[in-house]
Amino acid sequence: MISLSQKKGNWLPYLLFLPALLYLAGFVGYPLVKTFQLVFTSEKGDIGLANFITLTQDPIFWKALKNTLYLLIVIVPLQVILAFLLALFVNSRFKGYMIVLYIICIPLALSDVSAALMSYNIFSSHGFLNKILINSGLIETPFYFFGLGLSSRSFWVVVLTELWRATPLVFVILLAGLQVISKEYFEAADVFGFSSWQKFFHITLPLTMPSLQSALLIRTLFAFQIFGVVWLLSGRDIPVLAGEVYYQQAELSNFRIAATYGFIIALICILISWIYLTFLKTKHLEV
Amino acid sequence: MNSQKIPLLLRIRPLITIFIVVIILIWFLTPLVLITLSAFASSDDYYQFEKVIPTHFTLHHFESLFFGLEAWKAIINSLSVAGITMLLSFLIGLPAGYALSRYVFPGKNFLKLLCMVTKMFPLMVLAVPLLIIFMRIGISDSTWGTSLAHTAMVLPIIILIFSSILSGVSVEYEEAAMIFGLSRIQAFFHITIPLVLPGLAASAIFAFNISWNEVFVATILTLTNRTLPAHILKTAMASPDYIKFAAGFIMAVPAMVFIFFVRKHLVTMWGISLK
Repeated sequence: MISLSQKKGNWLPYLLFLPALLYLAGFVGYPLVKTFQLVFTSEKGDIGLANFITLTQDPIFWKALKNTLYLLIVIVPLQVILAFLLALFVNSRFKGYMIVLYIICIPLALSDVSAALMSYNIFSSHGFLNKILINSGLIETPFYFFGLGLSSRSFWVVVLTELWRATPLVFVILLAGLQVISKEYFEAADVFGFSSWQKFFHITLPLTMPSLQSALLIRTLFAFQIFGVVWLLSGRDIPVLAGEVYYQQAELSNFRIAATYGFIIALICILISWIYLTFLKTKHLEV
Repeated sequence: MNSQKIPLLLRIRPLITIFIVVIILIWFLTPLVLITLSAFASSDDYYQFEKVIPTHFTLHHFESLFFGLEAWKAIINSLSVAGITMLLSFLIGLPAGYALSRYVFPGKNFLKLLCMVTKMFPLMVLAVPLLIIFMRIGISDSTWGTSLAHTAMVLPIIILIFSSILSGVSVEYEEAAMIFGLSRIQAFFHITIPLVLPGLAASAIFAFNISWNEVFVATILTLTNRTLPAHILKTAMASPDYIKFAAGFIMAVPAMVFIFFVRKHLVTMWGISLK
């Protein structure tokens, strides 16, 4: 490999990477610069924090921040636990485990739009849940999950939908982590007469820690970007940060405020990644 | 006492496995089965509380979705956006992935890190400035604009996937071919590409899938030339329920096909794209 690259001179890899670099500079780098311009100037063109002041004076911003955090706190831990159990189970390699693996992965390929409509199909007033409850005589009139003033109910539908949709995401990361643990560790543990619990706490858990940490980080970052499921199931009854970017931009054409919301999401994500990289080991982040 | 317990546990273990498998299947498949049922169920069946499982089926909802709500346009937009995204990210990503997998050069780690940082970066922050830029150069509200934005999202992932796929093929094959007189480019196309073709095909479908599913940027960047998810987000919630289910079903179909074709690469691909 090294001999090959030395023979041909050093400019070739740069040339090969150049189009990608230019593309990212143009469509990620430049818009980012533009974001700073938008966020830190007012309508009149003054440089300053005017947009942030407008934003923080709007009670909706605090609601959106609070809801996003609530969703994160409820969803992420549940997802990690569920995904870990699933990954341990699939990794036990019972007969036919590959089929189970594919089926668990189906939601990974689905959009949040589609997932939201699937849960609407179950929880709507004429949905399957209501029909089953009515026919079994448990309730007489349908139980409403969606609608004005019912955001505390739709909140839990959003949680369930996200659990269904995004648990496989965590599952895949954890499974990849479990798959690389060498069998020899377990064989050695068998020799020393470790119990299953001991094996789990002394081998499996420490060795999957890196995947567990990166799964946690990714899920946390994604949780700040939650949009489709919430917007389709509750509209603006449950305001979230990403939903406000959309609302300010698409409904109000308020470019600066929309960009400021986006900026705050990015800022939170960078902050979380930074905390994560500083306080936890970074070795496993290398591809 | 222990010696008696263990055989019992071993005996019921397969049963426990089957039990857990059944629960997993029910949890993951029920929403899919139910939306398929609802997408084809007649509206009379849907609005009757007594009818839990519909018995009358119709294609009427798809007809109203496609033509009444003009979703056919959105589907064509979605297909072309995803197609262009796939093509662009391949054209730009393949040489970049090759560079990362085959060469050692100063700045390589920086470029890798750049890819990892960009793919983790929330796209939300880019949507608004991109719209302003696209308005200025006159490609706002177009399939091109959305494709360019989607490519920015997919490209870093694709580069990392390519680099990992290509690293799986030993350089010695290429070197051997070059000894026999093939040029580097010929060696790449005649030796390496055929070996990694399944992986490349899987990544192509992967790129297509990401673009097909993306809703946020697509909604912000377009007004009339919406992709399917953007169209659904804007119109479906104001439509009758059965239209929503038909829409959800249509969105889900390519995803199922996707899972079927890339099943062997699932864990690797998402492992790379998420890590």
